[in-house]
Amino acid sequence: MENFEASIVLAGVGGQGTLIAGKLLGILSLKLGLDVKVSEVHGMSQRGGSVITYVKIGKEVHSPIVEPGTADFVLSFEEVESVRWSNLLKKDGVMIVNSQKIKSLPVLLKQVEYPSDIKASLEAGAIGDTKIIEIDALGAALECGTSKATNIVMLGALSKYFGIDDAIWKEAIEEAFAAKPKTIPLNIEAFNKGKALA
Amino acid sequence: MKKIMLGNEAVARGAYEAGVKLVSSYPGTPSTEITEVIADYKEVSCEWAPNEKVGAEVAIGASIRGARAMTCMKHVGLNVAADPLFTVAYTGVNGGLVFCVADDPGMHSSQNEQDTRNHGRSSKVPVFEPSDSQECKDFIKHAFEFSEEYDTPVILRLHTRVSHSRSVVEICDPKPIEVKDYVKDPSKYVMMPANAIKRHVVVEDRTKKIIKDSSDLTKNIGLHKVEMRDTKLGIITAGATYQYVRDAAPDASVLKLGMVWPLPMDLIKDFASKVDRLVVVEELDPFIENEIKANGVKCEGKELFTMLGEYTAKMIRAALTDLPLPEEGIDATNLPVAPGRPPVLCAGCPHKGLFLALSRLKVQVMGDIGCYTLGALPPMQAVDTVICMGASVGMAHGFDKATDGVDSKKTVGVIGDSTFLHSGITNLLNAVYNESAITLIILDNSITGMTGHQQNPSTGRNIRLEEAPAVDLEGLCRSLGVASVRVIDPVDTFGSEKVIKEELDKDVVSVIIARRPCALIPTGRAKKGVEVSVDYDKCKACGACGRIMCPALIMGDDKKPMIDAEQCNNCGLCVNVCKFDALMKGEE
Repeated sequence: MENFEASIVLAGVGGQGTLIAGKLLGILSLKLGLDVKVSEVHGMSQRGGSVITYVKIGKEVHSPIVEPGTADFVLSFEEVESVRWSNLLKKDGVMIVNSQKIKSLPVLLKQVEYPSDIKASLEAGAIGDTKIIEIDALGAALECGTSKATNIVMLGALSKYFGIDDAIWKEAIEEAFAAKPKTIPLNIEAFNKGKALA
Repeated sequence: MKKIMLGNEAVARGAYEAGVKLVSSYPGTPSTEITEVIADYKEVSCEWAPNEKVGAEVAIGASIRGARAMTCMKHVGLNVAADPLFTVAYTGVNGGLVFCVADDPGMHSSQNEQDTRNHGRSSKVPVFEPSDSQECKDFIKHAFEFSEEYDTPVILRLHTRVSHSRSVVEICDPKPIEVKDYVKDPSKYVMMPANAIKRHVVVEDRTKKIIKDSSDLTKNIGLHKVEMRDTKLGIITAGATYQYVRDAAPDASVLKLGMVWPLPMDLIKDFASKVDRLVVVEELDPFIENEIKANGVKCEGKELFTMLGEYTAKMIRAALTDLPLPEEGIDATNLPVAPGRPPVLCAGCPHKGLFLALSRLKVQVMGDIGCYTLGALPPMQAVDTVICMGASVGMAHGFDKATDGVDSKKTVGVIGDSTFLHSGITNLLNAVYNESAITLIILDNSITGMTGHQQNPSTGRNIRLEEAPAVDLEGLCRSLGVASVRVIDPVDTFGSEKVIKEELDKDVVSVIIARRPCALIPTGRAKKGVEVSVDYDKCKACGACGRIMCPALIMGDDKKPMIDAEQCNNCGLCVNVCKFDALMKGEE
């Protein structure tokens, strides 16, 4: 485990739980005995804007920022955000896209169109063994009882490609939600669903 | 024990471990969480001050009384607190005193990109700069000790990528809080000319001593690190930029500065002599570069790098190495364009109805700092100017005087409750005293919104959410001499428009308080039983409700609205703008 390294991008819209997902990956790294940095954006950009969290895990991590072409994983919590941040994914990396569409005001006002066939466009552009996986993470979260679990469904999907034992993931989930122990079973269920969907 | 901590949390933890007794701050992104986390340590006296100058003066008082004290702010906040800073530099301290100042290169949430190191140099206050969360904790602890040892206030300069990044921190036990004795000493603490002249000598001697001591790595007072690798390229850097440098040029030798003012010139000269090529990599101003050059050391810097925004490892790699760029996984040539996602006023935001009214009135709007700055964006585009905290009031008065009162008939100032208390009061006093006819609208949403919902002197709660005295805004304005003070509900956008028009027509200073709680705080959240609904038979698809740009109103292909019940705050603004009674809500 000591040579494990990963750069993860969590892209979404303010309020989708990317910050909590980033925190959980931080806890996971600590359990693996590894160094980790998580970079967040607060303030004005959170007001309905597009938000991005970077997570870098390894023996020794320097910059908290994931550079273009270096992300092993891009998790896009909203469909079109996958296009906005596609340049961060490295060749042969894995992109996991939540099919949920959150229309921004220019789209709601019909000033611009929300693009269709996003998954097909991403697949057409994929180079080498780059994988594009689309799942209905919001749907799976709602089956578990709350849209708030969308972020954990996404992490479940990530876990399929991440190469870390489920048991360690589950410990990390328990620790992340220790303040709200009643939500732990629900989040474990969300995690399992995400893994099954990916 | 190891924990993952936000840089700001680590600063708070470090201050706590160092035995800080008092923290007084004004919120400002990206510094806010430091003080919020301190509030969780019950043994520390922790408070929101109405502005940064007050916070600094409270901390200075506590320091001179003998307690370790800290004040936290964003970069522009230090402009407000600069007055006390420049003179406490002369008096020195008793208990350790630290100003935590968070810069925002790239302006994620700020109105300018100023570089706090300049304030350090011009006030002659040493500046330390950590590069990750562990250093945030270590540096603040060191800063308190350094402050007491050298009898000087200290600036801990943070910035967005350090304040808002999480990394691993080793937690230690706190040092017990000790308050030293206070001994009356006017020659040190009364800064009138005869004393200040002598204290200035002390300041210059102190700086010389710090420069000398910090070049001695065995003393480690500057927290500098020399990392000798390949000597073809030597880089001098500090803070988060150090992390980018390590990613970009892993083989280069690096002098990582902990204290970035004053600089350890002997150490720098020694490092320069050991490398073939010396480059300074620093975001924003050529601060280190110019200091080094002024001391006769040859180096490269801003001819390679920009003075704008944040740096990246990619940028540094391209400038200093011939390493190839990483290969991207998706060819973007044929990808669709992602629609923009500008920040917006939330569903139920009380500012919306007010800005719609101002937009219809086509008045000139002197804006201020807060969520309502977003009133400058479409569809309202109502705001003419935004400069700094409190400027709306003074600028409206300036428009009045520049036109002999003419523009006061068509100009308003808009300012939030917290911003008004921060620096609007003296401005309003000035407008009354100098016989203006301005109309000022105080957007009283009962919270400091943009920075993430902090309490302020008008909310009735303190930082620990305990009950606290609440200022009476109407009474305050009247006591300043404002002749006309009225209160409106901004969701009643047409009623608000009428009141604004009446007040614009008056030849005296008017204050209109637009009062409704922020939609994101408990008192402002959606009320049950008053859900908004649409009668599609009555809807004429006129588009009036769409122009509110409410995130809870989705326009169908037939241009008729649908309500997103998850998002809707039931505020009723859309109901008020519908001329065909097609939108309805239950009685409150």
